[in-house]
Amino acid sequence: MIEGIPLTHFLIVSTVMFFMGVLGFFIRKNLITILMSIELILNSVNINFLAFNRYLFPDQLQGHFFALIVVGIAAAEASVAIAIIINIYRRFGGIEAEQVSELKN
Amino acid sequence: MIASNVLMFYLFSAVILVFSALTIFTRKILRAAVFLLFTLVATSGLYFLLNYQFMAGVQLAVYAGGIVVLIIFSILLTHQIGHKFKKQQVLGIIPAVIISAIGLITAVGTFWNYPFRANGHPAANVDMTMIGNELLGTGHNGYVLPFEVISILLLAAMVGAIVIAKKSDDKDEEKAK
Repeated sequence: MIEGIPLTHFLIVSTVMFFMGVLGFFIRKNLITILMSIELILNSVNINFLAFNRYLFPDQLQGHFFALIVVGIAAAEASVAIAIIINIYRRFGGIEAEQVSELKN
Repeated sequence: MIASNVLMFYLFSAVILVFSALTIFTRKILRAAVFLLFTLVATSGLYFLLNYQFMAGVQLAVYAGGIVVLIIFSILLTHQIGHKFKKQQVLGIIPAVIISAIGLITAVGTFWNYPFRANGHPAANVDMTMIGNELLGTGHNGYVLPFEVISILLLAAMVGAIVIAKKSDDKDEEKAK
């Protein structure tokens, strides 16, 4: 643990980052920026896992491995999402979320 | 006199907060990707402060080196350079800001006075030997099953990404017509 820094400060940083991601998810209309917001959300959760691991259970590695797996899943998710975005760009000529509403009509 | 690691913690925290806000509010998409990169690098700095060097390296290699480069490539494939978004309408984002603020206040209020109790064991020295033994261990504290599952997931994601993103054959389209 870091001397002189309570666990709560780590949690505040990650919570603000999480809700920045949620806010970006709500207000952006571009698919790539929505993907960036998802990356922010996943990353903020990782900070929590590692801080809890270091502060509360310093003799074990559960949080460490959980964060490692989250990073792997984030990489898989980003690659598939970008493949889908490129396919959407070919088919609809743009990647604004409002353009992609063919199933509605 | 403030200890240097405390100073670095608040520096990294400030970088994370400022650049994650800039990531979602900037109007140029390439800049958003670069601000996301700064956020992720500062996060890896926090991991270094927590003494998880391996995790910080993974963060730098996979997130900062892999995902951000992937995002920048997809931006270059789908946008004109210097593309600017329309200006956000302030009225349109107010409900989203209110919802996020409510969530933030609820979460912070929940853990603000929570008495976190450490289990009191001495800190383990997290070196590569310990990480390797536990990541590939089958006994107590072994993580070989999630390790194998994630490797299959990554393979499936790779195959899926190639199949989705490759150009469809012209013959198929003519058949469809």
